[in-house]
Amino acid sequence: MNDDVKAGVIDFERPIIELEKKIHELKNFTVDERIDLDREIAIMQDKLDKLKSDTYANLTSWQRVQVSRHPTRPYFLDYVRLITSDFIELHGDRCFGDDKALLGGLAKIDGHKVLILGHQKGRDIKENVLRNFGCAHPEGYRKALRLMKLAEKHNLPIISLIDTPGAYPGIGAEERGQAESIARNLLEMSSIKVPILVYVIGEGGSGGALGIGVGDVVIVMENAYYSVISPEGCAAILWKDRAKAADAAQVLKLTAKELKELDLIDEILDEPLGGAHRDHEKAAVFLKSSILTNLKKLLLVSPDERVRIRYEKIRRIGSFEEK
Amino acid sequence: MSWFGFPRWKLTKKRSMPEGIWSKCTGCGKLIYTKKLEETLYVCPECGHHIPLTAQRRIDYLIDKGTFCEDPWRLRANDPLNFTGTKPYKEKLKADQKKTGLDDAVITGSGKVLGYGVRIGVTDSNFIMGSMGSVVGEKLTRMIEKAIDERRPVLIISGSGGGARMYEGLYSLMQMAKTCAALGLLRQANLPFISILTNPTMAGVMASFASVGDVIVAEPKALIGFTGPRVIEQTIRQKLPEGFQRSEFLLEHGMIDIIVERSELKARIASLLDYLSP
Ligand SMILES: [Zn+2]
Repeated sequence: MNDDVKAGVIDFERPIIELEKKIHELKNFTVDERIDLDREIAIMQDKLDKLKSDTYANLTSWQRVQVSRHPTRPYFLDYVRLITSDFIELHGDRCFGDDKALLGGLAKIDGHKVLILGHQKGRDIKENVLRNFGCAHPEGYRKALRLMKLAEKHNLPIISLIDTPGAYPGIGAEERGQAESIARNLLEMSSIKVPILVYVIGEGGSGGALGIGVGDVVIVMENAYYSVISPEGCAAILWKDRAKAADAAQVLKLTAKELKELDLIDEILDEPLGGAHRDHEKAAVFLKSSILTNLKKLLLVSPDERVRIRYEKIRRIGSFEEK
Repeated sequence: MSWFGFPRWKLTKKRSMPEGIWSKCTGCGKLIYTKKLEETLYVCPECGHHIPLTAQRRIDYLIDKGTFCEDPWRLRANDPLNFTGTKPYKEKLKADQKKTGLDDAVITGSGKVLGYGVRIGVTDSNFIMGSMGSVVGEKLTRMIEKAIDERRPVLIISGSGGGARMYEGLYSLMQMAKTCAALGLLRQANLPFISILTNPTMAGVMASFASVGDVIVAEPKALIGFTGPRVIEQTIRQKLPEGFQRSEFLLEHGMIDIIVERSELKARIASLLDYLSP
């Protein structure tokens, strides 16, 4: 396996990476040879920034999907580490097991005590086996609900970070009621009294995403997607060919920008230039600032009013003609 | 069966599917005298297979004659994504509207079950696989909200292989949250919701309103689940056991309350309503 494949380099990123390499080499050269090339480097840096912003402004839907799945993209636990302190992970659904693909715990964000939960993917094969590629089982959704009820009882706002290709399709998942575990969460989350802030940080795969996705604000990161079906699944239905996923991504209107235009989400959360995977720290700063801004607004509203507004918000989603 | 006694505008005639003297059982494949099937409520006298029904027929079988009143809202999908795959969504809609005589995949209204007043929604699997887009989500939600106003129990009969309707993208996914939120209000109002599952009830429909019944009733041998069996087989690369995701399997795993034969359904629902009605 070559380095590019290992690092998950996407084709359209190649020119960016080449230029980055050149700048890096040039910097090393100036240090080794004690020559001042600052001006040259600055010019190349400008060129790089322009290349990045041009490239990223014009990505196709499928390219966004690829970025959302980038193997070095920050995951749930990266954000927990970067934006919270005193995180205590809480385990188990008290019925069957502890899902390692959907995690949750108590944490502090700038002094706010919160419950933070989300899907967790793995970086390599071994970790992905543990995390089941971010595909939760019913016990994951039931753990999430248990923790959300705990948060409601102790007046802790809920931060939900979505990043899943979908809920797991397997025998055990069906035996233990995958559908019921998601449906239950939809019903319960609609009336939980504390603020619920939902962020799609990577993949927003269908029911598995929505299962922790009902909230007061729903925000999708710039290069994340949120869709009723995976592009591969859609391609299989439309053209009997999963390889046509790029075409399917286009017709599904699943990017943050399209969803915002359709008024299906509240906000798009900017990512660092070139995508969140290029700068975890900066991506985390953006996320944290968005959480704090939205949390402040939501805390101004009384719990009953918040639930009423949340219902109205879900209630009005739909597009139809009435005679 | 007759369509008389319906305080309903138009369409009722068009809604019945054309049928010959003989009908083929979709279970065993045998040819059955159609008159006979009407007597058995379309349960095959040879193999006991519960042949799928149109939404209208399910209403006729469950609701007392002359009591059903369909909700007056006439909602139609408007293709918010301008979706084109192999065939434009608009054309699919038109074709299924023509085929079924329905505006979309659900009929909602009010009526009585052996005298017990209910609000009811029935999905029709003949209309884009009974999938839920904006119209299905909106009509069910309005129906539930009306039930709360009128303090009536809610019945929903589901038959959907399609789940959340792909052609409306995230609008469809959000109908799952919308219908469940409405059922949350119904629960707060202490009103019962009986969910009736028929073959098939899958994916986004099963992962929303169909799963949160106070009581969940299923027809025998209905396919019920989250992920379709083909996709599971492809994912885990093994054959699924016989009876997987069938009603009996769900009962065994604690996921539904009762399996009821079609001929018993009306009496059984009435008994449940006797216990649960406000
Ligand atoms: Zn038969």
